[in-house]
Amino acid sequence: MKALFKSGKMAKRAKSAKTAKTAKTAMVLVVAMLSWAAVHATPTTPPREARPMATNPKVEARLAEISHELRCLVCQNESLASSHAELAEDLRREVRDLIVQGKSDSEIKTFLVERYGDFVLYRPEVKPVTWALWFGPFLLLLLAAAALGMYLRQRKQQVTAPVLSDAQRERAKQLLKDTL
Amino acid sequence: MKKFLIPLVLFFGLVVFLAVGLKRDPREIPSPLINKPAPDFTLPTLAVGGQFSPAEMRGKVWMFNVWATWCVACREEHPVLVAFAEKHQVPIVGLSYKEIQPQDEAAKLAEHLKLQVARERSEVWLKRHGNPYVTSVMDLDGRVGIHYGVYGVPETYIIDKQGVIRYKRVGVVTPQIIADKILPLVAELNAS
Repeated sequence: MKALFKSGKMAKRAKSAKTAKTAKTAMVLVVAMLSWAAVHATPTTPPREARPMATNPKVEARLAEISHELRCLVCQNESLASSHAELAEDLRREVRDLIVQGKSDSEIKTFLVERYGDFVLYRPEVKPVTWALWFGPFLLLLLAAAALGMYLRQRKQQVTAPVLSDAQRERAKQLLKDTL
Repeated sequence: MKKFLIPLVLFFGLVVFLAVGLKRDPREIPSPLINKPAPDFTLPTLAVGGQFSPAEMRGKVWMFNVWATWCVACREEHPVLVAFAEKHQVPIVGLSYKEIQPQDEAAKLAEHLKLQVARERSEVWLKRHGNPYVTSVMDLDGRVGIHYGVYGVPETYIIDKQGVIRYKRVGVVTPQIIADKILPLVAELNAS
């Protein structure tokens, strides 16, 4: 019992040593990759400095809030808030100006939708053009549920429990007894 | 009924969907500006002292082409535009979009000097590659670009006699696009 316990502990220790080793290898790899990237980075694009924040923190807070809801057109899976693309910077400037002008959130969104289409919104408005987008998945789900229901009903009709005569039942019992 | 046909049909339906999806360019975003009046603006022209606004083009079917000297794809597109301008009677107005980029040394200059530098660069570039434009306008801060929904250079618009945008192309205009889309559209708009 003691020996078993010991060996279990040892195995555990060996395992942790192994994970430590893989972690170390991974770290070495990451460092190697980073240094490779640093060496091979094109020198023509110097690291761009972040633009100084506007003086009004209230405006900045609203800008951050709104731009999380907006999509960057250049790097399409990034929000306007997180994108470093130049266009995103320009659009943030535009949104900042609109905030300073006292425009409401919906007015700002309309400004961008009028120019870039519903695509700039991560949550497009519900209207006939976007119905397929909003309700399509649920429609597919309903269709699948209906198909499943139909299939199950059909199967229920096909698989009816066989009716056994007394003689058959007796024989089945006998067979079961023999195997046991 | 042949039941095995159902999954087969479903499978081919899926294949068709995916095939169409693969062929579509995710970067091409339908512009909401089609069939809307072209946004108005007034900008300095490439020629010193001049100003341009789209209202001047009323009564003409014209092409509005967004370009920049730093734009690599524009170099590919430019000969097509030069040939188009020579062959057809469609005026092309060029919009020099954000000629001075933020990482550019010239970005630190004062506004009027920036405009001067941008003009010089654009002129040199147009001399070298040919100038298809009846007028070129300078959009240094990219604001007019935003009003036109520009998100990648080059972009090209066809604007009708009433000043309504009828067509937008994001990316390089090819001879095929000119033959298949632009020329028939221009003919149709000129006839009306």
